[in-house]
Amino acid sequence: MEKDLTEFVMSLVVDSVAKNFERFPALNGVSLTVPQGAFLALVGPSGSGKTTLLRILGGLEFPDSGTVRFADINWLEVPARQRRAGFVFQQYALFKHMTVEKNIAFGLTVRPRHERPAKKEIHRRVEELLALVQLEGLGKRYPNQLSGGQRQRVALARALAIEPRMLLLDEPFGALDAKVRKELRVWLRALHEKMGITTVFVTHDQEEAFALADLVAIMNKGRIEQYGTPADVRRSPKTPFVAEFLETGPQRNGLLPPHAVGSHPA
Amino acid sequence: MKRRYPTQDHPLLRLLLTVIAVSVIGLFLLLPLATVFSQALSKGVVAALEALKEPDARSAIWLTLLVAAIAVPLNAVFGVAASWAIAKFDFRGKQFLTTLIDLPFSISPVVSGLIYVLIFGLQGWFGESLRDANIKIIFALPGIVLATVFVTFPFVARELIPLMVDQGRDEEEAATSLGASGWQTFLRVTLPNIKWGLLYGVLLCNARAMGEFGAVSVVSGHIRGLTNTMPLHVEVLYNDYQYVGAFAIASVLALLAIVTLVLKSLLEWHFADEIAATHRH
Repeated sequence: MEKDLTEFVMSLVVDSVAKNFERFPALNGVSLTVPQGAFLALVGPSGSGKTTLLRILGGLEFPDSGTVRFADINWLEVPARQRRAGFVFQQYALFKHMTVEKNIAFGLTVRPRHERPAKKEIHRRVEELLALVQLEGLGKRYPNQLSGGQRQRVALARALAIEPRMLLLDEPFGALDAKVRKELRVWLRALHEKMGITTVFVTHDQEEAFALADLVAIMNKGRIEQYGTPADVRRSPKTPFVAEFLETGPQRNGLLPPHAVGSHPA
Repeated sequence: MKRRYPTQDHPLLRLLLTVIAVSVIGLFLLLPLATVFSQALSKGVVAALEALKEPDARSAIWLTLLVAAIAVPLNAVFGVAASWAIAKFDFRGKQFLTTLIDLPFSISPVVSGLIYVLIFGLQGWFGESLRDANIKIIFALPGIVLATVFVTFPFVARELIPLMVDQGRDEEEAATSLGASGWQTFLRVTLPNIKWGLLYGVLLCNARAMGEFGAVSVVSGHIRGLTNTMPLHVEVLYNDYQYVGAFAIASVLALLAIVTLVLKSLLEWHFADEIAATHRH
């Protein structure tokens, strides 16, 4: 009994979350539970609601109904700035007028005076993070002097600087070319193994999702079609949509010759 | 044979376009400017300086600077607040607010001035209660400031709205998720991103605030040495056939505008790298 409780203390529980935008429903009652330290991928076509769900987790959007609990607290009552949810955006969203160092240090320097680390300590942490994302020596550069892959690693370092309780990544590699994507994917997974932070990753690329995640949630039209480990989902797709999504995915990425697709098991 | 670059036009056409551009600028911009200065100096530098030392002239210069010093900071704050609201938030009536901001541009300045007379003038809505409270708005400094604020309101906002819409909300959202408060986000992320647009808007706003004639003319009452701003004083002197005085004041106005432009160019030149860095990549 005790053991079960501790196991659940830090997990993320999303229960029947719904959200309507002016013209269309974005989320139609989504529920899922994520164990502490897991790597979850939300995958689906555009408009499936995956980004909306991610933004709700980050406090940048609020659901019309439903609950979200994290670490056994009502997550929706915590304002975004107090959640310590490290958010990484598709377009990096780096502060263009600040150097890489200042970008990474931002989350520490905005803390109230009594919680703020000393300047030396902040500097040490920034150096540590620069090393972690393999950008040593680039601290004095401005974001527009970096490549896309480097910028996204700065964004990640910036999110990690606040010692996030969860890491939220919104198509972080979407703006990068295929080769850099693959490299960063491997690197991100290794980083996750090292840090063990509960991570939610949004992508429309099922290959990316399946290569990275411990758990995948396949979303369509504001619902989760199937949720499970990549192996389970691949072995037994529950709905025609999932089966089709799994099949068309690799073809779109050019991994299967055209004749391999054609008839749908649906 | 020398080949033209594909997008380069025929040499004759280029020459024609250049001549047109240069003559339009010369005829409509440089020539009038030169006339202003030459008329001011037509009876020598001493006469022009004497005209500026005249008490009424000095009071006009002082009043103009004072009005600009009040109206421009107010509009900078209003403009930033309005464009922040429009660019970073969604709310009902947003489109309406955007249209409203443009209103002073589409209304004749004379009408803008009359509005204040109708509201605060003796025969206006608040006329009697203001008189009873012994508050003077029309034919006094407050009226001139109000009219100037109204006419110059759009400059800062118009400069900032497209810029802030283009920059999007990503950086603000990132700052919030990193733990910054609304105020910290504004000071450390939004403001640095818009500072060049803001500066440009403020300079334009200032130029117009000092040069405004129509609206101020209606509310000022043309009391010499008291409620005459520089543009109004230019007109008064001109109608009195005091050409040297009129053009001397006009020269000061023109000089203020030129200084503004030079200042802006200097800043742009000095901070070119930083300006490039804050543009969206």
